[in-house]
Amino acid sequence: MTVDGTSKTMLWTFRISTVVLCLWVLVPIYFLLTNTLSSPEEVVAFPKRVWPSFNLESISFFLTFSGVGAAMWNSVLVASVTMVLSIAAGAPAGYALSRFDFKGKSFYRVLILMTRAFPLPLLALPLAVLYIRIGLDDTILGLALLHTMLALPFAVLITFSLFSGIPVELEEAAWTLGCNRFQAFRKVILPLVLPGITASAIFAFVISWNEVFGAAVLTIENRTLPAFLLQGLDQAPLHLKFAGGAVLVIPALIFIFMVRKYLFAMWGIANR
Amino acid sequence: MYPRSLPYLLLLPSLALLAVLFLYPFVLVAWQAISDDGGQFTTAHFSEMLGHWKFGTAFTNTLLLTLAVVPIQIALALYMASLVTGMSRGRDAFLYIWTIPLGISDLAAGIIWLSIFEQTGFLNTFMVGLGFSEQPETFLGYQNKGTIFLAIALAEIWRATAIVLVILVAGMGLIPKEYKEAAEVFGASRWQQFTKVTLPLLKPSLQTAMILRVILAFEVFAVVAALGGTNMPILMGEVYNWQFVLRDANVAAAFALVILGISILCTLIIMWFLRTPKGATL
Repeated sequence: MTVDGTSKTMLWTFRISTVVLCLWVLVPIYFLLTNTLSSPEEVVAFPKRVWPSFNLESISFFLTFSGVGAAMWNSVLVASVTMVLSIAAGAPAGYALSRFDFKGKSFYRVLILMTRAFPLPLLALPLAVLYIRIGLDDTILGLALLHTMLALPFAVLITFSLFSGIPVELEEAAWTLGCNRFQAFRKVILPLVLPGITASAIFAFVISWNEVFGAAVLTIENRTLPAFLLQGLDQAPLHLKFAGGAVLVIPALIFIFMVRKYLFAMWGIANR
Repeated sequence: MYPRSLPYLLLLPSLALLAVLFLYPFVLVAWQAISDDGGQFTTAHFSEMLGHWKFGTAFTNTLLLTLAVVPIQIALALYMASLVTGMSRGRDAFLYIWTIPLGISDLAAGIIWLSIFEQTGFLNTFMVGLGFSEQPETFLGYQNKGTIFLAIALAEIWRATAIVLVILVAGMGLIPKEYKEAAEVFGASRWQQFTKVTLPLLKPSLQTAMILRVILAFEVFAVVAALGGTNMPILMGEVYNWQFVLRDANVAAAFALVILGISILCTLIIMWFLRTPKGATL
């Protein structure tokens, strides 16, 4: 291409919009972190400082606030159980979808995709009733089961794409060398897909860690962090809200950074 | 080669979960919305919902918010996706930055935008600092419904454009480069290449993205709770209210079914509008 006037303008529009879009994403997060790293007085002061004073009063106040420790621990527990359950149920299904042709395969795929597009209250409200009946109300496991339903479609789709990416010939080679189906899976396939499975587990963790509505409906005493923060929105002072927001955001950001490679594989498959 | 039951055995754990935690609850909630305590069919819960003064506002607010947010998200994500596909260097880095909001909870997104819009927030600091206004405004006060709506819409656009972007980038990856090159050979401008080649071939991805976003937009909850409080009634907020504050699970179920109803309706409309003609798939 020749470097004439128009393509030069194009190039600069291109560059400027890229930078502007980066700022659009990053600046609001910067503001949250600035607030979190300011003292409670600075948070409500006006005009506001635009640079953080690196005062740890707000964050330490939040972390020692009654109930926060328990809520964070609950969040970690629920997210961990979600992670285990969604992989345990999702990975075998992903393997079946990638390796076998069977009756009802397309029905199963539609069913799985439907859960992802299903309004959350339709799951959360009846589960609240059901859990009281069977004694799962206000428990870690009860909430984790709901979150598993949210994470399951992703677990199935990402493991499906992982297994599809591994040539079936590798497995067949193992069979001819005397492995049975299970051994071939464990010794040949599993090591290859393990990083991807980990990524999908982390993704399930983030889904659970971030979920607000279901957690608020299904827990009363054993609140997770988002449910705890939601409950306090009316009365909590600002510095508490911002510190809580930051505590919610930072682990999720780290986790998403770890799985970034797999995000596109996941959604690419979901398209078809 | 393998027992015929093997695939079904592998599906069993997830199917069991789906049956207990998806199909059964759905039947239960539908029943809850249309039955009274004695187990008789009734429309009382629906009429109570429709008669409540907040229903109309909540319904309109939810629809307006969806209408304001989703088209901008689709347009913005399309622009971002075409910027990314045109990049030779730094593609991964920019994609990572732009998909950061994917990991951010809706509640956290609400709190993030609260730091901008609250009375001692950053927007007021800049407005006063640059001399646009004399004193800090109460953007999120009950008398400023317009700015509350704007703040919620911005927070939603900020938070959930990433998911559209990911779907569209994945979809653009499926389009063979040769199609664009052929269009270029025939003298199509960049804009023509975009509208005549990329957009039509991107239809399936656009469809997925739009359906997903519209459904999730009907479920907007925590962002509104953080920014609007009780000043901006929306459907999900009402579900929560009826379940916890008014303690009427039947009416809450009726609200939930309304959300399902408009979700299904909009899904069908989008599927019809963005249908791919037979034989025109990649």
